[in-house]
Amino acid sequence: MTTTVARVSGLTKRYGDFTAVDGVDFTLEENRIYGLLGRNGAGKTTIMQLLTGQLFPNGGEIEVFGRTPAEHADVLRRLCFIAESQRYPEDFAPRHVFTAAPWFFENWDQEFADRLIADFRLPLKRPIKKLSRGQLSAVGVIVGLASRAPLTFFDEPYLGLDAVARHIFYDRLLEDFAAHPRTIVLSTHLIDEVANLLEHIILIDQGRILLDRDAEEVRGSATTIAGARAAVEQFVADRPVIGREGLGGLASVTIDGRLDHAERVRAAELGLELAPVSLQQLIVHLTGADLAASIEQEAAA
Amino acid sequence: MDDSRPIFIQIAEQLENDIIDGTLPEGSQIPSINEFAAFLRVNPATALKGVGRLVDDGFVEKRRGIGMFVTVGARDRLIQRRRAEFSAQYLRPLLVEADKLGIDVDDLAGMLAALRSERTAS
Repeated sequence: MTTTVARVSGLTKRYGDFTAVDGVDFTLEENRIYGLLGRNGAGKTTIMQLLTGQLFPNGGEIEVFGRTPAEHADVLRRLCFIAESQRYPEDFAPRHVFTAAPWFFENWDQEFADRLIADFRLPLKRPIKKLSRGQLSAVGVIVGLASRAPLTFFDEPYLGLDAVARHIFYDRLLEDFAAHPRTIVLSTHLIDEVANLLEHIILIDQGRILLDRDAEEVRGSATTIAGARAAVEQFVADRPVIGREGLGGLASVTIDGRLDHAERVRAAELGLELAPVSLQQLIVHLTGADLAASIEQEAAA
Repeated sequence: MDDSRPIFIQIAEQLENDIIDGTLPEGSQIPSINEFAAFLRVNPATALKGVGRLVDDGFVEKRRGIGMFVTVGARDRLIQRRRAEFSAQYLRPLLVEADKLGIDVDDLAGMLAALRSERTAS
């Protein structure tokens, strides 16, 4: 049994004659970790701002916990949105942020926050404007985790965080998610790093949904075939090609679809190399400029 | 964890390997779903799906309120299943490569015998 926490249909947001979100439909189910992925300017942040009632749509429906988010305080109380560049009052230090946080989040866990503050080695009394970029990101990450909001959005939460700090974030997120399941939407460019944390992937390109599938289905759903050009082209003849590279007589072609055992044997017999395509590579292929259109046509056909 | 195959299948295979080589003896308790998820840094739903495969096949059983345990007879049944898959999974690709290089079956047998004695010697 899954419960839907958010549902949007035909969601559209325009800025002048630029359409940032273009007739988008999707649902978010309870207690899952979603990856909201896409290139810069794809519309990810706008979608999250619409879902958290910070923007009004030009068209379409939004339901969060069964109601329109913008007008209902009881819905907004259950949301947490960690923005890429959160602004704080001029004279704030991190300790002021953590003092104020429980006023907004009913599930706030101070003990957990204290542990995270120690993990990230965050100086509590230093003025926010004097924090490094990574420390500023840590403030947001700590609020996002310790608030335990039933629906939490992390929008590129870790600008400036080093690799160690990012892994602390991933580990604490997984541990706490296991102990206190909730719905989390993670928007990020570091796809390979988070791929295994995600249960479901929503890929946005130019304001539209390109992919809305379980992460396990996406994994291994594309294959790269490399070898002599003639043999590669013969092998991929009737398949949906999503990427093509070549060098002299050699070709490397990425197809959408899994190969079964017989096909793998046949590829080996033709002297072809097969390589898996990571989620990040797949998304680069899918959102690469002119290819996106052909994929959409294939999906529609 | 590699990228080529679903992670839950890799988790299931790792567990099977641990049962086959005795790391997880029959009757022993296996880690919880959340422990798997945290250790492997994967989504708990993925870990559940991986362990679920062994539960479905009867290699692991749930005891309500206690945890999950390797069933009696799991090791023998796993070995039987792996043997059935051995030819398709290992021998066929070996033959394809051998044919490509002009190595006949007698040569192969000789190479295998040499390799085996090397392994037992070391």
